[in-house]
Amino acid sequence: MNIPLLSIVTFLPAAGALLFIFINRKQENLIRYTALFISIINFILSLFLYFNFNGQTAEPQFVEKARWIGYGIHYHIGIDGISLFLVLLTTFLMPIVILSSWNSVKDKVKEYHIFMLLLGTGIIGVFVSLNLFLFYVFWEAMLIPMYFLIGIWGGKRKIYATLKFVIFTMFGSLLMLVAIFVLYSIFYKTAGTYSLNIFDYYQLVLNPNIQIWLFLAFGLAFAIKVPMFPFHTWLPDAHVEAPTAGSVILAGVLLKMGAYGFLRFALPLFPDAAKKFIPYLAVLSLIGIIYGALMALIQKDMKSLVAYSSVSHMGLIMLAVFALNMESLEGAVYQMLNHGLSTGALFLCVGILYERAHTRLIKDYGGVSRQMPVFAALFLICMLSSVGLPGLNGFVGEILCLFGIFQSSKLLAILGVSTIILAAAYLLWMYQRVMQGPLENKKILNFKDLSLREIGFLVPIVLLMFFMGIFPKPFLRKMDASIEHLLKQVHRAETYVVDKEAYIKPSLKISEIDINQNTKENRTETEDNE
Amino acid sequence: MIDIFWLIPLVPALSTLILAVFGEKLPKKYISFQACGAVFISFLISLYSFLGLLKVSPEEYPIVKNLFTWIHSGNFQANLSFQFDPLTAVMALVVTAVGFLIHVYSIGYMAEDRSYSRFFTLMNLFTFSMLVLVMASNLVLMFVGWEGVGFCSYMLIGFWFEKHSAANAGKKAFIVNRIGDAGFLIGMLFILVYVGSTEFSNINNAVAGGSLSHGLVTLIAILLFVGATGKSAQIPLYVWLPDAMEGPTPVSALIHAATMVTAGVYMVARMNIFYTTSETAGSVVAIIGAVTAVYAGTMALTQNDIKRVLAYSTISQIGYMFIGCGVGAYAAGIFHLYTHAFFKSLLFLAAGSVMHALSGELDMRKMGGLKKYLPYTYPTFLIGAIAIAGVPFLSGFFSKDAILTSAFAQGQYFVWILGILGAVLTAFYMFRLIFLTFHGKERIEPEVKKHIHESPPVMTVPLAVLAFFSVIAGYIGLPVVLGKNVNWFDRFLAPIMHKGHEAHLTIGTEWLLILISVIVALTGIFIAYFFYLKKPSVPHTLVRRFPFLYRLLYNKYYIDEAYDYLFVRPTLKGSEFVYDKFDINIIDGAVNGAASGTGFFGKVLSFLQTGFIKDYALVFLLGAVILLGLLIF
Amino acid sequence: MIPIYYFLILSAVLFVMGTVGFLIKKDLITQFMCVEVMLNAANVAFIAFARSASSLNGQIIVFFIITVAAAEAAVGLAIILLVYRQKKSIKTEDSSLMKG
Repeated sequence: MNIPLLSIVTFLPAAGALLFIFINRKQENLIRYTALFISIINFILSLFLYFNFNGQTAEPQFVEKARWIGYGIHYHIGIDGISLFLVLLTTFLMPIVILSSWNSVKDKVKEYHIFMLLLGTGIIGVFVSLNLFLFYVFWEAMLIPMYFLIGIWGGKRKIYATLKFVIFTMFGSLLMLVAIFVLYSIFYKTAGTYSLNIFDYYQLVLNPNIQIWLFLAFGLAFAIKVPMFPFHTWLPDAHVEAPTAGSVILAGVLLKMGAYGFLRFALPLFPDAAKKFIPYLAVLSLIGIIYGALMALIQKDMKSLVAYSSVSHMGLIMLAVFALNMESLEGAVYQMLNHGLSTGALFLCVGILYERAHTRLIKDYGGVSRQMPVFAALFLICMLSSVGLPGLNGFVGEILCLFGIFQSSKLLAILGVSTIILAAAYLLWMYQRVMQGPLENKKILNFKDLSLREIGFLVPIVLLMFFMGIFPKPFLRKMDASIEHLLKQVHRAETYVVDKEAYIKPSLKISEIDINQNTKENRTETEDNE
Repeated sequence: MIDIFWLIPLVPALSTLILAVFGEKLPKKYISFQACGAVFISFLISLYSFLGLLKVSPEEYPIVKNLFTWIHSGNFQANLSFQFDPLTAVMALVVTAVGFLIHVYSIGYMAEDRSYSRFFTLMNLFTFSMLVLVMASNLVLMFVGWEGVGFCSYMLIGFWFEKHSAANAGKKAFIVNRIGDAGFLIGMLFILVYVGSTEFSNINNAVAGGSLSHGLVTLIAILLFVGATGKSAQIPLYVWLPDAMEGPTPVSALIHAATMVTAGVYMVARMNIFYTTSETAGSVVAIIGAVTAVYAGTMALTQNDIKRVLAYSTISQIGYMFIGCGVGAYAAGIFHLYTHAFFKSLLFLAAGSVMHALSGELDMRKMGGLKKYLPYTYPTFLIGAIAIAGVPFLSGFFSKDAILTSAFAQGQYFVWILGILGAVLTAFYMFRLIFLTFHGKERIEPEVKKHIHESPPVMTVPLAVLAFFSVIAGYIGLPVVLGKNVNWFDRFLAPIMHKGHEAHLTIGTEWLLILISVIVALTGIFIAYFFYLKKPSVPHTLVRRFPFLYRLLYNKYYIDEAYDYLFVRPTLKGSEFVYDKFDINIIDGAVNGAASGTGFFGKVLSFLQTGFIKDYALVFLLGAVILLGLLIF
Repeated sequence: MIPIYYFLILSAVLFVMGTVGFLIKKDLITQFMCVEVMLNAANVAFIAFARSASSLNGQIIVFFIITVAAAEAAVGLAIILLVYRQKKSIKTEDSSLMKG
């Protein structure tokens, strides 16, 4: 196949943003329709990725390579069974968030959609990059549109929130950049060629001592992004202040980048250090689960409640990631998708209420169900998906995660099960206070039930929730091989013999790098050296 | 002919789907037709499969139909597969038969409600979930039904969600249930890891084959039982059921009397190998059941709300079922489940009929003498009460007696005594209810009295049918004293129940036990008669004599308050404290502190910035000169 | 042939003039001219070195500098114009937003 499908999927949104230069800013509806159209096309294109994806192999697929700067810095993208679904999740959520901000964004419509589309490209880029440099570029580039989305279209404390978000993230990612440089130089010393190809790095056998520092640098960047306790405080602020669409993307996809980073980089690159730190990280994740849930319980603001629930849910995902077995990792990836859907949907629901009453405080609501029965039903389903009710997607992920964790550590799993009680408590309590009870606020009497547009963006999510809850097979089977491969990568740690003299074990030869059919790449590397 | 049994849950599922999507637009007549029809078709298929099952030899149990692999990842596999065996057959028949009658009753009861379609959607969804629960061939799928019925219960308790109390009760039910579910889930994880499969047949083989250590079996059994205490409202997780009476009465009858709350009993019977293998676990089940039976009975004594009395009675009766399961008489436990489904749903529906007649009045102090106004409701209610009280020749007598005899035979005398005590209480509070409601002086409010009327046939006919079954249902499980082979029910379930050590009583002892049961039941009824008809002043004297005891019972031992003070408040207060002090002050404080620290140093250094270009240029120049100087020298 | 240090002295003198002018003058236009003088001082030096080393590199760089200077002039003048519109003055003392 000669069509560079993956590149198209990655860059179509950005290309669309370019198109907006030619649209008059006053034609707001045209802008909205164009953005929607582009994002839908992009979603359809990404479906081709899914259908042409071969789940039997762990090799990256749809690989595209091009020379870029040289010295190992290349344009090199591809997807495997893990990133495939994260890309799909992104392209699925893009049209939804664009639809959701149809009426709520009235100011600077053109810029808004430009940033939105650029954000799409940035996020997809993170998931498809196979070159560390490219990854870093996307990782940072995606911050810029998000910064503006929160900073311009946000709530009252938007500047504080957006700065906090960006500085938090930057703080971690700069350390990661340093670690990338270190890896780069180590690789050069070992193999004699330049490379930033992630698959080359998988071949590296690093001294455990250096691994610790590198793992910490990578791990911090990802832990902040997840966010893991105690690096979570940017999340409630960013969520509360962000516009609805921003929150959806933030919760739906951005947080997954952290977990993805652990899966793709921190764990397989530094298996020895990972082994050493996993007990601590697992405990932090567990604290995150319970802590996030307890904090969610007492929030007065719906958005920050959902934000803290994200902390709790991501805690479970991270705990599953650190359990490092087949079931837990598949569960974690599946749960990432679920969390993207259910938390995204919850933010959409809060946004729908906010558009009507212009308040996010729980106490200002009550008895909304009677006015908005359709909304009540959809909101309920989204909530139950988040609670993990069987039959909906959340359950499949949760049980796989818990099973996987249980295999690694019974105690952690048993404590982690508390999430199913606490999640029910905080979400049901919020639902009760917002949707049920007597109708006290007179404003609510003027609430209209969902418009066709709102139904249009909630129903696909709800349908997908049911589908993923009943037929997880099409998802799980595509990730089997990749996760098995990943596990092999992480568990290779035992093979290393500690050798204090050698900086790196000089066993690596260029010929060994070839397993990923990147002979071509290696040729380029050699040219670079000359 | 049995192989269509897997359609049983799918019919209500389909109906739910249609109602959920189009319900609001469909006429009420059609909605009720479809909802009841779906359950009725399920009932017919159940009956058909049951007849088919009778022809299958016990070696072939259970018959499994695997629809597709649901979740599969690594070592984890859960299929969407249903099974049919005697236990499932009994449960499916009870659920669909009682469910159908209650659906029909609801047509009348809910006729005026504006959320008619929502009600029937949820009722159908409940039937579906309950059928999944009882027909699942593995634990994970069973958990789907388990949580599904919990969800329907939540929705239906909070059906009139504008009332704070209803919304609260729904939430409470769901959360308390989830606490139990957490235990169940952990038990399931243990089974998954140590057995490697959740198919019931594999679990049975693994435990029977001794591949699990004895301690592990006990642990799993107790964890699963934690789930059962949540769902079946046993100590300590029973608190949600009395509040659940906020829901519409048909819901109380279907979910909180006949079917869902007995799911825990079903589950224990389904996993009976664990409780047979581990005697400790069995004793725990029996003792919890017995204590609950008495404890809930005492709380029922002083309640004035007609439905709450029935709710406590349900808790107490489920306690009996657990006694049965705990002492290894699983068939007896299930037998009581089956008879209880008829008479308890009858009682609830009849209570609903009373409420209907009295414009929604629930307080028994405002009733009395209703006998003459409700010519159909009264006799059916009476039949239900006699059946539950354990008067001979009605269904409740046979099942309760079977349980108590087994407990005695197994040497669990403590449990047996509690059971007898509970039986007195049951007879007493049921007849207190009857006398206060239907006999004696009229205490009805005049406004209510104007509208008093008997319910329409759509409600009374199901009452009559249920009353009929309450009388005859027991005759398929006659006591052993009448002959070796008269207990057909026992023999039917025997192939799937694992026998512990057998214990036989002499015929004389058995007769004696039966006699004691009968005397006990009659005593209870007599005391009620004496207290509430003969000498209505006695209860008041007692209240005055033992004010503390009365208040304790009336306030349900202050358990709700205790839970509130022990668990709910500390959690909320603690979280709030941590949020304020730790999250905002320490974590976020550190973050903001780092930011303002940076800002402070920036401020200090910024004094160097004069803002005049010339100053900057001078610094450049100096810098350049210095650099040059360094280069040259 | 004129010795190279003549050019260098010329270049140095021009550069010092530019520097001193930039430092003591108060209005932006004059300062801007001073910068141009400094640039041209550099140009003279480049040309001189290019000539003495008989290499074209220096001359090419001069072209670059002239181009950059032109661009800079355009941008710089535009900025000055805008500053004037805002402040009604092009005195440097009046634009001290960068003061810490």
